[in-house]
Amino acid sequence: MGKLYPDAKAALAGLLRDGMMILSGGFGLCGIPSLLIEAIRESGVRDLTIVSNNAGIDDAGLGLLLQTRQVRKMISSYVGENKTFAEQYLAGQLEIEFNPQGTLAERIRAGGAGIPAFYTKTGVGTAVAEGKPTAEFDGETYVQERGIVGDLAIIHAWKGDTEGNLVYRKTARNFNPVMATAARVTVAQVEHLVQPGEIDPDHIITPGVFVKRLVQCPPGYEKRIEQRTTRPRETA
Amino acid sequence: MPWTRDQMAARAARELQDGFYVNLGIGIPTLVANHVPAGMNVQLQSENGMLGLGPFPYAGEEDPDLINAGKQTITELPTSSYFSSADSFAMIRGGHIDLSILGALQVAENGDLANWMIPGKMVKGMGGAMDLVAGVKKVVVLMEHTAGGKPKLLKQCTLPLTGARVVDMVITELGVFRLARRGEPRVELLEMAPEVTLEEVKAKTEAEFTLANA
Repeated sequence: MGKLYPDAKAALAGLLRDGMMILSGGFGLCGIPSLLIEAIRESGVRDLTIVSNNAGIDDAGLGLLLQTRQVRKMISSYVGENKTFAEQYLAGQLEIEFNPQGTLAERIRAGGAGIPAFYTKTGVGTAVAEGKPTAEFDGETYVQERGIVGDLAIIHAWKGDTEGNLVYRKTARNFNPVMATAARVTVAQVEHLVQPGEIDPDHIITPGVFVKRLVQCPPGYEKRIEQRTTRPRETA
Repeated sequence: MPWTRDQMAARAARELQDGFYVNLGIGIPTLVANHVPAGMNVQLQSENGMLGLGPFPYAGEEDPDLINAGKQTITELPTSSYFSSADSFAMIRGGHIDLSILGALQVAENGDLANWMIPGKMVKGMGGAMDLVAGVKKVVVLMEHTAGGKPKLLKQCTLPLTGARVVDMVITELGVFRLARRGEPRVELLEMAPEVTLEEVKAKTEAEFTLANA
């Protein structure tokens, strides 16, 4: 059995269960695995813990799973763009664990690399460090943070071959390569599917060892823009 | 006359040096990009995974795969590079970024910074702010001097901290203050906006400060 699946539902078959921890790549709506999020919504799986930098917006990204109340807890760094999130949080229906963005990235990187904990200066002297062990190194205080390993990671890549070797595009890379390393199973959606050898091995960002399953985005796959910002053209 | 937001940004831009890698926060700090002196090589870092931020795109040329940390569409430059969030924060936390300019709700006279939450209001999250203030070599706060008539430069922060003893400099519409991150807490008023009086600054500042050249 190869890594390639015909669609998102098939790519997630047998992997989803209530109460699991899912890692999702993306920053804002940039580089999010929308196809896989939609398939998780369709599956009806509940009580999820989601690790993702953001929580999408009300009608896109992980916001889709909040609408259907499939999420019990978010581990994120910034959720300011999602009103559904605010409502459910204030009503006590949703748990949130805020992590500094760099601590979140490093917790995932560490988890993926088999490192159970590490020390960082980030958050020392703030609420983030409360209840966590601290230690002094070279006269500075550091706080201990734990690695994260999820049950499932869902990620988005620009190009991938059937071996699962992946390349990302511009700032759509963001959390995707780290998330790919830190779950028992990683499922990637790719915009462009190619054959082994078509990607220069020097250019591969995520080697296929981290990717168990693969699905290609259908034609017309939509990538939304959250804050369309432009400048006027100079007049000649 | 107190400085305008743009003049505050221009003053902050005087902290830039040739060859600097700089992270600009959302709000007034973003305006600093418009005041980089001609001929000076400054690379802007965006914590979502890019060095060498270009200007906003022309209408019709927006790319959903190319945004800044405020989720706005941007463009790339010949010097640009892309990297993962883990590499981005290795730059920030590893001390490879020279300057961070960001906003604040409160700054204390010992350099404590609060800029991420107000208890009782909806909490949005700290994003990369705690990493930036803990890891970047120099931290400059660009903020309004008061909020609702109340001082923001205080003896002690009353809001939850973003970082303890992390602020090197505060620039407001009234003037520029230098703080000490180590040793005895010390706030020095370095300069004032034109026609702003020392009395006005004192009246609107809770923190104790001295005059830098006194």
